[in-house]
Amino acid sequence: MASELNKLTIAEASSKLHAREISATQLTRDCLDRIAAAEPRLHAFITVCEKEALEQARAADARLAAGNAPALCGIPLGIKDIYATRGVRTTCASRILEHFVPPFDATVIERLRADGAIFIGKTNLDEFAMGSSTENSAFGATTNPHDISRVAGGSSGGSAAAVAAHECLGSLGTDTGGSIREPASFCGVVGIKPTYSRVSRYGVIAYASSLDQVGPFAKSVRDAAIMLRTLAGKDVRDSTCSARPVPDYERALTGDVKGLRIGVPREFFVEGMQPEVEQSVRAALKNFESGGASTVEISLPHTGYAVAAYYLIATAEASANLARYDGIRYGLRVNAEDNIALYETTRAQGFGAEVKRRIMLGTFALSAGYYDAYYLKGQKVRTLIRNDFERAFERCDLIVTPVAPTTAFKLGEKMNDPLTMYLSDIFTISVNLAGLPGMAMPCGYDSNNLPIGMQLIAPPFAEEIILRAGDAFERTGAFKPRTPAV
Amino acid sequence: MNTEAYEAVIGLEVHTHLLTRSKIFCGCSTTFGAGPNENVCPICMGMPGVLPVLNRRVVELAIRTGLAAHCTIAPYSIFDRKSYFYPDLPKGYQISQYETPICKGGYIDLPAKENGEARRVRLTRIHIEEDAGKNIHHENASLVDFNRSGVPLIEIVSEPDLRSAEDAGAYLRQLRAILRYVDASDGKMEEGSFRCDCNVSVRKRGATEYGVRTEIKNLNSFRFVEDAIDYEVGRQIAIVEAGGKVAQETHLWDPTRKETRPMRSKEFANDYRYFPEPDLPPLVVPPEMVEQVRASMPELPADRKARYVREGLTEYEAGVLIADRGVADYFEATLPGLKNRKSAANWVMTEVLRIARESDRPFTEAVPPATKVGALLLMVEAQKISLNAAKTAFAAMVKSGKGAEATIAELGLAQVSDESAIAAAIDKVLAAEPAKLAEYRAGRDKLFGFFVGAVMKAMGGKANPTVINQLLRAKLAG
Repeated sequence: MASELNKLTIAEASSKLHAREISATQLTRDCLDRIAAAEPRLHAFITVCEKEALEQARAADARLAAGNAPALCGIPLGIKDIYATRGVRTTCASRILEHFVPPFDATVIERLRADGAIFIGKTNLDEFAMGSSTENSAFGATTNPHDISRVAGGSSGGSAAAVAAHECLGSLGTDTGGSIREPASFCGVVGIKPTYSRVSRYGVIAYASSLDQVGPFAKSVRDAAIMLRTLAGKDVRDSTCSARPVPDYERALTGDVKGLRIGVPREFFVEGMQPEVEQSVRAALKNFESGGASTVEISLPHTGYAVAAYYLIATAEASANLARYDGIRYGLRVNAEDNIALYETTRAQGFGAEVKRRIMLGTFALSAGYYDAYYLKGQKVRTLIRNDFERAFERCDLIVTPVAPTTAFKLGEKMNDPLTMYLSDIFTISVNLAGLPGMAMPCGYDSNNLPIGMQLIAPPFAEEIILRAGDAFERTGAFKPRTPAV
Repeated sequence: MNTEAYEAVIGLEVHTHLLTRSKIFCGCSTTFGAGPNENVCPICMGMPGVLPVLNRRVVELAIRTGLAAHCTIAPYSIFDRKSYFYPDLPKGYQISQYETPICKGGYIDLPAKENGEARRVRLTRIHIEEDAGKNIHHENASLVDFNRSGVPLIEIVSEPDLRSAEDAGAYLRQLRAILRYVDASDGKMEEGSFRCDCNVSVRKRGATEYGVRTEIKNLNSFRFVEDAIDYEVGRQIAIVEAGGKVAQETHLWDPTRKETRPMRSKEFANDYRYFPEPDLPPLVVPPEMVEQVRASMPELPADRKARYVREGLTEYEAGVLIADRGVADYFEATLPGLKNRKSAANWVMTEVLRIARESDRPFTEAVPPATKVGALLLMVEAQKISLNAAKTAFAAMVKSGKGAEATIAELGLAQVSDESAIAAAIDKVLAAEPAKLAEYRAGRDKLFGFFVGAVMKAMGGKANPTVINQLLRAKLAG
């Protein structure tokens, strides 16, 4: 434990690894030690891959010694347990996939593997990414490293907590309605949801296909940029994935926000939100202004309909996406007298309450006679929300909002009230509906010493603007990270 | 029961596999007959996280079929998910096309009836979808083979324009011929690559409203389709005649008991909950792609038939030859150098098709190469061999695989046209049959045939019959 290399950023560790000042094996061991110490309180991981990680570390060391290794070579990462990883069980935090070992890698896993990244473990999540607190995991909740009586956020809570607690240097999450940005905000780390189609979804267990997007968690904006460069880009196995060339995101980090026009949507500063959240985000806006940026109030008038539209579209897609878990080919099977009874008992025992709730909602929204009133209406609202953003971006280059109305809430606080839970994503959901890139990054703490996150939103494929602004904010030193309690 | 007072109204839905090497959304092979679950991968097994990628060849073949059936090709169509639970359906939904099929409208012309009445069957649509796997039931267990899962299909839906089982059979044969012509499908019903569901209703002749229809499934031969329709039409007429009402249900054809029986409602009462497939972008077919496909289209059966008739064959002959593209291509390959197309047509229709029927092997493997048969026919036309000798030679060629010339030489079948040899044979026959000769000369003309036969026999069957006729007539005349 003495060396604590796990506390390094990716950029720092990478330069030390390439300079052979440290070894990937040592770095990995420090992460594993940290995991062993912190996991009893955090439960950020479903599966820790100690043996595999150390093997990968040895291979990375050989590659680093040979020279010319990629930036992520030897960097230990946490992988949300929603990514198919060849030979390592992939549960999606569900009983129905508890023992499922995929025979293939997700495209992004393949890319990270090719770069020599180290997969230290599979991180916890809300079952099938359905939730905002990681309390819906079939294997128990993840706690917040800043206060273990509170949630880490969700659905990618394990990935956010693991990075915040230095159990790994970076991690992968997925974001369908805020599942990267909300836990990033709650845990005080950087999390990016890229433009829809920027990153391949192949091998990422689908929740809502038209909204799901892959993204990184990191300790700094620079680290997130380094990871995104490896993740992004065309994939022949995902026909919804964009062929646009991937820029070198790190080069966008100029530290300069002069002339940047920042839109501040009035609908995102609502009554009832925690006052410290608003204060902290407003302070960050002032910080941008002193760096030479300008702010302008904008309106996104259909924001109020986003949550409703999301829960029609996402659940409809989920109801079909989760139909494959039928007990026939893989995963849990509960035998019964005929195939229909087999489906019923398998799915009744295999899925948790929130997953069942959403499958039923989605099935209803697609049923004969209801399609036009629900699913189709949801899609129309989606178009209106997209148009809102298009109009807004005529007046600004970047939109800044809070990530969530509050800081991390208490474990159990919202579990019996799904509707209140759904409102945790009120500021993030419209970004998914519009397919835009959004980043959460810490901008302050509340009086309980809990991180506050701000959200940076840009037009499609303008991740560089977000990264440049976020990095510039970090450089001002206005935000001083505090060591988490765990 | 007055069945004459009723008419049947029939529409068909045909599902046919497309002849692609790989599946519609993954790279797995489509080969029929592999061991169980050999042609599978995470994608066609519906593993978590996998995504479909559309096979371009599927789109081309769907367009070819659409153009052959005079359809409008949609410049923009989308894929939809059709949800239902069944063990052979790995994702719990089938990727299909619902509101926007790739081909709309169109028609298929059937061969005219004997009374010359033309028959045009309008099509509603053709759409692209994926096939499911196959359940195999054992005594104590059910197994699933996913080799067929993800094999590309098109569904061809006709308007209710058919009026009899015979019409339905003619439509299916014509449709299959077209699919084979454009290389879209092999049309093999026995391998399940060409399947048909029938929608059948009856109404009083002259009525304009449709009756209540039933859908019949499980029809895997043309015979079954025709038998099932006949049975179902009879059943429905009997119900209506007895004052009853036909129930709108789905029936299965039981080929052993030769009857249809309703499926349990549980087996088909699905709300498919169609919605646009978010994993596939819209299918955009630019006009250039349609034109490219059109330029690569082969001559279609109707056009080919018309050409054969223009070139001197009868409607019937042309119809038999074009029914199968392989046969028509074969016929044409026998033609180079031949003056008489009709004799080639007859030869293919009788000798060649007989061999093909008697064999279990595919047509092209069962029969001698067309060029060799063409060479044989050229020898007949040049009177180097008799028609009978050609038949003998053909039978030998089927077995040996040798060429026409070699076979004729080997069997000594070459025809003798040498007048002096034939004249000598005639003299011998006439000398040996003085009684018959006298009878003939006394006016029994019928004996001419006897003498021809005797001379041919004396010549070992190889003499040119025209020469025999000429010389014999002169000699008999004295």
